[in-house]
Amino acid sequence: MRFYEYESRRIVERAGIPVTRYGFCTTADEARAAAASIDGPVVVKSQVLTGGRMKAGGVKFADTADEAAEHAAAILELEIGGHMPVGVLVDPKAEVEQEYYAAVLWDARAKRPMMLFSDMGGIDIEQVAEEHPDHVGRAHLSNLHPIADFRAKETVARCGMTGSELGRAGRVLAALARLQRDYDMTLAEINPLARLSDGSFVALDAHMEMEDEAVGRHKAMLTEIGVDLGEPRELYEPSEFERNVKAIDAADHRGVIQGKDHGFTGNLGLVIGAGGGSLTLTDAVRSQGGKPANYAEIGGNPSVAKSCGLAKQVLGKDGVEKIAVMMSIVSNTRVDIVARGVIKACLELGKDPAETIAIFRIPGAWEDEGAKILDKYGVEYVDRSVSMWDAAGMAVRKVQG
Amino acid sequence: MSVLLHKDFTFIVQGITGREAVNLTRECLDFGSKIVAGVTPGRKGREVHGVPVFDTVEQAVAHHGAPIDGAVATVPPAFTKDAVFEAIENGIKLIVVVTERIPRRDVAEMVELAGERGARIIGPNCLGLIAPGVAKMGGIGGPAKDAAKAYVPGPVGVMSRSGGMTTEISSTLTAAGLGVSTAISIGGDAIIGSTYAELMPLFEEDPQTEAIVIYTEPGGRMEAELVEWREAAGSKMPIVAFMAGRFMDDEEMQGMSFGHAGTIVEGVEDSATEKIARLEAAGIPVVERIDEIPDRVKEALGR
Repeated sequence: MRFYEYESRRIVERAGIPVTRYGFCTTADEARAAAASIDGPVVVKSQVLTGGRMKAGGVKFADTADEAAEHAAAILELEIGGHMPVGVLVDPKAEVEQEYYAAVLWDARAKRPMMLFSDMGGIDIEQVAEEHPDHVGRAHLSNLHPIADFRAKETVARCGMTGSELGRAGRVLAALARLQRDYDMTLAEINPLARLSDGSFVALDAHMEMEDEAVGRHKAMLTEIGVDLGEPRELYEPSEFERNVKAIDAADHRGVIQGKDHGFTGNLGLVIGAGGGSLTLTDAVRSQGGKPANYAEIGGNPSVAKSCGLAKQVLGKDGVEKIAVMMSIVSNTRVDIVARGVIKACLELGKDPAETIAIFRIPGAWEDEGAKILDKYGVEYVDRSVSMWDAAGMAVRKVQG
Repeated sequence: MSVLLHKDFTFIVQGITGREAVNLTRECLDFGSKIVAGVTPGRKGREVHGVPVFDTVEQAVAHHGAPIDGAVATVPPAFTKDAVFEAIENGIKLIVVVTERIPRRDVAEMVELAGERGARIIGPNCLGLIAPGVAKMGGIGGPAKDAAKAYVPGPVGVMSRSGGMTTEISSTLTAAGLGVSTAISIGGDAIIGSTYAELMPLFEEDPQTEAIVIYTEPGGRMEAELVEWREAAGSKMPIVAFMAGRFMDDEEMQGMSFGHAGTIVEGVEDSATEKIARLEAAGIPVVERIDEIPDRVKEALGR
C-alpha cells in the first residue's frame, strides 16, 4: 500500500521523528488558512500517488496566504500522470542548512532490512551511491533481535558524520528502522531529512510503502492517520475488466482467479491455470505472433461459477474473438470444473463453444472428466503430450484464421 | 540418492485438518512418504488418513519417540510464523512452508531463526519437494499416481519459483527419457527460505544429480546470486534456465506484478532481459520454450 505524502508525514511524526508544521488541505480556503497560520513563505504540494510532481507543476512556492490559496486552487485541478490529487500539503519553506537521506528497506538477498544514510540528501540516492560511495552508510538489521541505537549511529558515522549531528541523525534513523519493522514497510524513506539553522533535524518529505499482505494487522494505525481502507491505490486506475474479475473472485472463497488487461489490446482471450503457467503461456502466445487480450490465472479449486465468471469477462472484452484455455500439469485445479465454467460462459453469451474456444490444453486433476465434457461440445483439446508452446501456437493460428 | 529427502525421512503436517492439508497427506502417504503425525491445536486425538493428530509439535515428537526430520506447514498466514518457530524449536530441521501471502517480515524472522538453529526452510508459497521413487513432501505433483507419471528417477535436479511449472518441466524431462533426481518448488515470494544458490551445494554433492534446470521469473536478484555462487565455488555442473514473463519488460507493464508476489520489477537489474543476459554470460543457457529443455540438458551431458 502506497501512502500520500501527508500520510507518510503522519506516520513519521507518530514514530517520534520531527516534521515541519504542515497542513493538509482539500480546498483553496483551507490552504489560505494553513498558510496564514504558518505566517511566512510556504510551499504548496500536490498530494498524488505518483512521482514527478515538481516537473508537472504540482509544487509551488508562495510568500503570502492569498498566493498560497491561488496555487492550491490550480494544483487541486491539476492531473499528474493520470492521477487527480486528493488535496495539497501546505508546508513552511524551511531554512535548511543541509539535506540528508535516510531510508530502511528490504534487502531480499540478505533476507534482512537494510538501513541507508547519506549526508548528500535531496537527490537520487542511487546516483550518490554510484558517484560518492563514501557518502553512503549502510547496515543490515536482525529480524529477531531488538533494534539497537548504536547500529543506526554506526550507519550514520560510516558516511563521515560526527559531533552533535551524529547523535541527532542517528536517533532519526533508529526511529525510522523501528517504524519500518513495526508497520511492515517495504520502504520507509525520508528524503530530504533537513538540518535547520538551529541544528534540529526535520523530515521535509517522506515516502512510505506498506506491504499489502500486512495491511490487515495495521488497521488501527491506518484508521488513526485517516486512511480510507476501501480506496484502491494501484499504480493505475483498474479497468472495468480488472474490477469485475476481482469482484467475482471475492464473492466465492473457493479457488483463486486473477485477471489483468492493463497494456493488453489483443484479440485472443486467455484463461490459464496458475501463475507460472500464465507467465509462460502469455510469452508463448506473443512469441508466435499472437496478441493476448488479457492476463489471467486460475488456481486452487474454483467453482464452476467462478471459472464461468472469469471466462465471461474475458469473452466480453472489446476485440476478443476467441479464447484459449490452457492448463499446466498442476496438482489440484480440476479441469472438468474449468471446462464446465468456460463452456457455460460461451453458451450464456450465445456463442458456440467449439468456435469460441480456440484450444483447451487439458492436463490436471480430473482430466478424463474434462475430456468428456469437451468432446460433448466439440471443443478441440490437447493433452500433456502437446507442449505449452505448441498449444499456444495452435490457438494463435486459429484466431488468425 | 536425492537431496534433502531419503527413504526413511519422517515428517509432520502442521494444520493437518485443513482441507488442502488432508489431500496433501493422502497424496504423500500414497507416494510412500513417512508422515508420523499431524498437528492442529485443539484437535488432539483425531486421525487423518490414519495419521494421529496432536495439539503441539512437542506432543508429536514425544509420540514418535525420536527426532522428526521435517514439517510441512499449511496454516493460515497469520499463524504461520508461530507454527514454523514451533517446528524449529522442537528440533525439526527441514520445514516446507506452503502458505501464501505471509508478510515478508514474518518470513524473514522464520528464516533467521532457522539459520540460528541449523534448520532449513523451503518456501513459502511453494508446493514442496519430491524425490522420484523416494518420497514427496507437499502437494508437488499432485496425487501419487499423477506424481509418479510426471516424475521418474533420473539425473536432473529441478528448482522452480512456480509450483505448477516444477511439475510441467519435470514431466517434460521424464517424457524425454531423462528423469529427475529431486525437484524443489522453492516458492514465488520476494523472500524465500532457500534460493537457487543456497540449494546448489546440495545438488553438487548428490551423486545422482548431473545437471540442473531452473525455472525463473522477473523480479529479485536470485539469478545474480546463483551466477556469483557458481563462479566462487568453481562449479561446473551444467544448468539450463527457463525464463517466464518476458512480456513484463514492455514499457506499459512497468511496476506491475503478475503471477507471484516476487515478480514485481523494481529496477532494470531484475527485468527478464537483464537476467537472461546475466545467466547467458555465465554460461547458463536460457531457453524460450519448455520443450527445448531436454535437448539442452542432453547436449550438456554429452548424450
